[in-house]
Amino acid sequence: MSAPALLEIADLRLSYRTESGAVRAVDGVNLELQRNEALVVLGESGCGKSSLAKTLLRLLPRNAVAPEGVVRLDGEDILGYSEERFRREVRWVRIALVMQAAMNALNPVIRVGEQVAEPLRIHRGWSRRRALERAAEAFSEVGIATDFLSRYPHELSGGMRQRAVIAMALVTEPDIVLLDEPTSALDVLTQAAIMNVLKRIKAERGMSFILITHDVATSSELADRVALMYAGQIVEEAAAERFFTAPAHPYSQMLMAAVPKLHQQQPPRPIPGRPPSLLDPPAGCRFAARCPQRIDRCSEAPPSTTLAPRHRSRCWLHAGGKR
Amino acid sequence: MRRTTSVSETPGSEKPGSERSIGERPGNPSAGVATATRGTVATGGVEATGTGAVTTGGAATPTAPTYQQPHQPLLTVEALQTHFELRQWGFLRVGSVRAVDGVSFTLDHGESATIVGESGCGKSSLARTLLGLHRPTAGRVTFAGTDLATLRGRALKAYRAAVGYVQQDPYGALPPFMKIRRILEEPLIVHGVGTRRAREERIAAALEEVGLEPAHETWQKFPHQLSGGQQQRVVIARALLLRPKLIIADEPVSMLDASVRAEILELLRTIQRQHRLALLYITHDLSTVRHYAHRAMVMYAGRIVEQGPVERLLDRPHHPYTRALLAALVDPDAANAHQQRPIPAGEPPSLLHPPSGCRFHPRCPAIMVGRCEHFDPEEAHPRPGHRVACWLHSR
Amino acid sequence: MSPWRDGLRRLRRYPSALLGALIIVALLATAVYAVVTIPYSEAQRLWRGGDLWQELPVNAGPVWADRLFGGDAPRTLRIPTAAAPIAEEAYEGVRITEQRLTFDFTYSEFPSEINLFLGSSGSDRQPFVRATWITPQGEQIPLDARRIGANERISISQNQTLEGRLGAPPQIGLFSATSAGAGTDQQALEVQQGTYQLLLETVHFAETSELHGELIVYGQVHGWAGTDHQRRDLSVALLWGTPIALAFGLIAAVGTTVTTLIIAAAGVWFRGWVDAVIQRLTEINIILPLLPILVMIGTLYSTSIWLMLGVVVVLGIFSAGIKMYRAMLLPIREAPYITAAQAYGASDLRIILRYMVPRILPVLIPTFVTLIPTYVFLEASLAVLGLGDPILPTWGKILYDAQDQSALYHGFYYWVLSPAALLMLTGLGFALLGFALDRVFNPRLRSL
Repeated sequence: MSAPALLEIADLRLSYRTESGAVRAVDGVNLELQRNEALVVLGESGCGKSSLAKTLLRLLPRNAVAPEGVVRLDGEDILGYSEERFRREVRWVRIALVMQAAMNALNPVIRVGEQVAEPLRIHRGWSRRRALERAAEAFSEVGIATDFLSRYPHELSGGMRQRAVIAMALVTEPDIVLLDEPTSALDVLTQAAIMNVLKRIKAERGMSFILITHDVATSSELADRVALMYAGQIVEEAAAERFFTAPAHPYSQMLMAAVPKLHQQQPPRPIPGRPPSLLDPPAGCRFAARCPQRIDRCSEAPPSTTLAPRHRSRCWLHAGGKR
Repeated sequence: MRRTTSVSETPGSEKPGSERSIGERPGNPSAGVATATRGTVATGGVEATGTGAVTTGGAATPTAPTYQQPHQPLLTVEALQTHFELRQWGFLRVGSVRAVDGVSFTLDHGESATIVGESGCGKSSLARTLLGLHRPTAGRVTFAGTDLATLRGRALKAYRAAVGYVQQDPYGALPPFMKIRRILEEPLIVHGVGTRRAREERIAAALEEVGLEPAHETWQKFPHQLSGGQQQRVVIARALLLRPKLIIADEPVSMLDASVRAEILELLRTIQRQHRLALLYITHDLSTVRHYAHRAMVMYAGRIVEQGPVERLLDRPHHPYTRALLAALVDPDAANAHQQRPIPAGEPPSLLHPPSGCRFHPRCPAIMVGRCEHFDPEEAHPRPGHRVACWLHSR
Repeated sequence: MSPWRDGLRRLRRYPSALLGALIIVALLATAVYAVVTIPYSEAQRLWRGGDLWQELPVNAGPVWADRLFGGDAPRTLRIPTAAAPIAEEAYEGVRITEQRLTFDFTYSEFPSEINLFLGSSGSDRQPFVRATWITPQGEQIPLDARRIGANERISISQNQTLEGRLGAPPQIGLFSATSAGAGTDQQALEVQQGTYQLLLETVHFAETSELHGELIVYGQVHGWAGTDHQRRDLSVALLWGTPIALAFGLIAAVGTTVTTLIIAAAGVWFRGWVDAVIQRLTEINIILPLLPILVMIGTLYSTSIWLMLGVVVVLGIFSAGIKMYRAMLLPIREAPYITAAQAYGASDLRIILRYMVPRILPVLIPTFVTLIPTYVFLEASLAVLGLGDPILPTWGKILYDAQDQSALYHGFYYWVLSPAALLMLTGLGFALLGFALDRVFNPRLRSL
């Protein structure tokens, strides 16, 4: 195929120990990300997409079992790195994160500029002045006036704080920016403005993005490729053009039909049923119980089938074809 | 759909001996809240409006008055203001947040309307004022012919039964330490409804109506044992229990997954039609509006800037702010990734010091300097039922 | 599953919680036992002391403690006259009776005291009694001779002349193997084991006159708890101290936490001046020192335990707890479900009691459990300071008496140890349970 992937995830598994048993939040995920590509991991709440993000940055809670599988960054398996090496060489240096509701995660008693400059001082050992200069650049890049550098978080609106958090992820010029629901708590206009910023940065800087979201419409604002997650697995992975116009997997099709859209003459059609529990997922296809195109074979786990170059689906309807 | 059949059963199962007349015949405006009786003349007109709205769907213009008869809507809001005073040391007035600042609209029996606006535009304060949780600073709210400000004691309690409330955060809206059955029994106990047995039946009926059968299984659970969508169904069931005439749904789907949103909105619409309820659907997301409301109102900085039938408002928006909102919204399309969206500069104004004149003028791309920043825009009527507060359209 | 049952299930996994619960159950059982076997008025009467306890030794240790260290300290021996055969000789106008109070003394240590209680009845002419001590070897030692009224107490061990004759205090001299001359080292004296007799020769001056009484040879140990300086059996106070301590702790903890919580909730709910008044009252109250106020009330007014309890509760209501609960309740006030309840017309009282208070009850329960021993200790401290209830037997009172009598200096360690052990056990039981409850119900501590 094409150039070697920037990030390659192979058969990644992660589970949490809980009182009622092991929750398999990420259950055999394969993904790859090229340079200057935006990959959207789409999925409903509880499908394991946030766990995937946390695994990539090793921000796992205490009850998580050590992840299995391979995560290769430029060919090197970073999953095997020691905690210290990961902190020094990967986190924020190569992969930065914008967390869910991150605008509320800013320290309220430290000026915004200092917080944005902090990754540079920690990871690059820059002086305060130099780091602040770079932070000012990052601020103008995300569209905040630089005089906000010396303000405290509460003096900024929600949208501005979210921009500041994005600036914080950009200052160290990482290869990959991981965005976990970056705009879900924001208003329509603010959300669109932030997506504009991300689009511009992607075009100008050639950065790679992984955008994790449940919002289909917003996801299309950045996506080069879409990976749809369901109950801990990737059910379809395709180029955005393909995914938004002619998705292959039944779940993809139903999800697209279920989402309320602005310009749509037909009312949306809800998907009946609920996702399975990750405590004890069904042995076969995880979507089978809700799938209208269900066949007998669905009680066995479907393999991931390649439909076209870089287009894969996990469904028995396609598994008959080339593998 | 199983839901539909159970819905049609529920109104029939009501006992005529029940002391509560509210909501029993949702379409009948003579069942006033505070024993308000009105001429029966109005009944025909309202019934007609309600039926028309249902049969012709979103294309109907329920606001278009029937000129032959005096027509009284269920809810009339006139020049409503809700300000929150900011005080220092408990008494010194230092300013006031003008959360709702001159809002007027009407809502008919069985009509569903939506209020669209960004966070901080005052839409939730408006909802809470209508629910009687905030005292209006000025203006009037009339519900079924009775002024809300005059309601006290029993009459106020009866009003609360007549208005159902669905909130944004379904998990937060349910007390986490109570089982579903207890949660649903609470409003009935508060209003002294029936025996334990009768309440149970009513709860079961409500749970079935929102699609949470079997009821006796659901009501054994605690809220955290339900999914977000199921929790929101319980909240809707609670709003329905007291047989309201109006349901105010404040961002009922914004915290739910995209695929569940359609489901909940569909449920609200079904219930609204079945019971001929008036529904005020408050949202920040215009894309969830089209199929679920007759009429839309766009709110900005405490005021309604544009209102009209949903289809018309979405397809031919007049106010620059409505246009901006619509331009910012996208439908899933791979092409989105390659174009910048036009977004008006700036942020919504502080309601502590709202801009003079038209509140949108600092961000407006079509500002007419010398007019917009000094004078409140007059309301224009591009079409009957379509009103725009913008100098561009009133001359 | 309900959160409470779920919590209990989880609690069972903490051995410390089980141990704590076991201790508490044992204390409760003790309390019930005490209240059932010794009624409240009886307990008060017993603790008032006096002649009630005359047959018990002074400052006797518990039997088990002595035996545990291999001791053989004597128990108290009571020899009633009624059990001894009477030999009677009649003369003109008088009757002479002779009684031998016989007992075996088998201990290797001396008794602590000897008293002879005698009384006459049947005639107003008092009989004359001569008492003679007969050792196992048959040696006869005259003790006393006197007229006996209705109730006489002949303190043999206090008999100065006898002590002079014996060369040692009578309770030692009368039981020693070798008769001690003056100046003999009393430590060297050894106990003569065997059968002793007290010969009572009585001259009755009337036909109807009768003599009754008993000889008490006091031991050095008594019961499982020992006795104090007033001969009171400490077991009464140790037993009755349990229900009092538990009741005081429980009522004070309930009284303060529940009312504090409700008042805090009311303040948070109504806001405005209600909240302001509650806050100011709390702030004033927080800087008021509790102990000096209690000392003042105890000194100037009354030291009744129930009055103290009332004051503790009243001062405890507006405590720092209000600030804590307020901080916890403030976000709950804004919870959507509260708004929903308002919207369907729930009253203020209903919102406070049914929606706000239950929300933080799980966090409150552990605090409440750990608070109980605090109040138990407070009551004990008050008693030690001399402000204990004057008529009720409590653990604190025992400690106070022990301190007053310099118990440790005299080596009466049991007097201090047993109430202290019970206090510590109470603290331990509630603390073990409370900390485990905290882990179960406090979401911040819940380990995943």
